[in-house]
Amino acid sequence: MLVATSHQTIGPYWHLIEDPAWSNLLRFGAEGDRIVLTGTVTDGGGELVTDAAIEIWQTSPAASDGFPAFGRCQTDATGSFRFTTLKPGPVAGLGNAQQAPHVAISIFARGLLTSLTTRLYFQDEPLNESDPVLSLIEDPARRATLIARKVSDDAWHLDIRLQGENETVFMEI
Amino acid sequence: MMTETAPFRPIEAGSQPANDTPLYRSTGLRHPARPPLRIPQTVTETTGPRFRPVQFGPIADLSVVNRKQAVGERIIVRGRVVDEDNRPVPHTMIEIWQANTGGRYDHPGDQHDAPLDPNFHGSGRVFSDADGWYQFVTIKPGAYPWHNHHNAWRPNHIHYSLFGTGFGQRVITQMYFPGDPLLALDPIYHAIPDQAARERLISSFDINITSPDRALGYRFDFVLRGRHATPTEQG
Ligand SMILES: [Fe+2]
Repeated sequence: MLVATSHQTIGPYWHLIEDPAWSNLLRFGAEGDRIVLTGTVTDGGGELVTDAAIEIWQTSPAASDGFPAFGRCQTDATGSFRFTTLKPGPVAGLGNAQQAPHVAISIFARGLLTSLTTRLYFQDEPLNESDPVLSLIEDPARRATLIARKVSDDAWHLDIRLQGENETVFMEI
Repeated sequence: MMTETAPFRPIEAGSQPANDTPLYRSTGLRHPARPPLRIPQTVTETTGPRFRPVQFGPIADLSVVNRKQAVGERIIVRGRVVDEDNRPVPHTMIEIWQANTGGRYDHPGDQHDAPLDPNFHGSGRVFSDADGWYQFVTIKPGAYPWHNHHNAWRPNHIHYSLFGTGFGQRVITQMYFPGDPLLALDPIYHAIPDQAARERLISSFDINITSPDRALGYRFDFVLRGRHATPTEQG
């Protein structure tokens, strides 16, 4: 059996592969429940992380030629990212379980030797209460690090903290 | 029967670098202090984006810009993308970026006092073929200083990003070159605990990839995480 290739940091110069269009998941013409997802990334000293790559992947709505279901956005000089996408619905879980609407997130940056994985959930979704992943987190304050705040009818915001107080729950899969 | 929604097998111990690696200074305030939460692999983790060349156009020759040849040593890099069961990963996208021959990135953040080359940008994109093979042409990147510690220089390297067939296979890594004396001193390379895993990031010179009168050839294979045999197995 072979062993998977080791990760190395994305480094500070990954913008050579950056295409700002990738943050708009509707660029191939997808139509539906358009939403905006914004957020910030801060480090253990409370400083903004201004050179990260944030990637999102969602299984609802399903990927198609018109909807990549995947996006990438840099964090800018204010540590912020912004995606335009479609609002996910509930997603099948293991067995009979149902997952609350969510978006998977990967974070790459200088100073991260492997990617960090987390999830974005949506404030006020009734299914959050029974979501099989959120339910693994006992401390409500920790669970709250995954729940994006509703800032308008079609926009949600999530602050990601890499280390320290209110550190985001990162996941191993 | 292996399916493309079966969960991924656990990561081999020692094969991946720890984010908490003090010798690489930038990790200090960026690595999570808490251990990651182990979650079950659902369809979110076992599936992933697909990229098609018609929407994500390939750039398989980084050595030429506007039909003008970049400065430096032209090389061919060729290899295979497979999973841990040695199954080819076909038609998968590979993103590529690197410094020029002088060790300078065409990036506003790179202040290294080495010349930019108008005929070298340093980013590319290729797809593996039906059997998992990929190939591209570029310029051998130069070493560059990075101020992590006194007299710190990164070994020659090319950055890669691969997506595979599922979110759990996503990998960003760096390929090194054989015989590079800087490898022994590089904290990023040495962040990988297992020596054999580390050394698999070093490409090998290959006379069969080398093209007469044109370019030296290097072989580099990618291995993506394998999947369990059945969709329900978790580990
Ligand atoms: Fe680099």
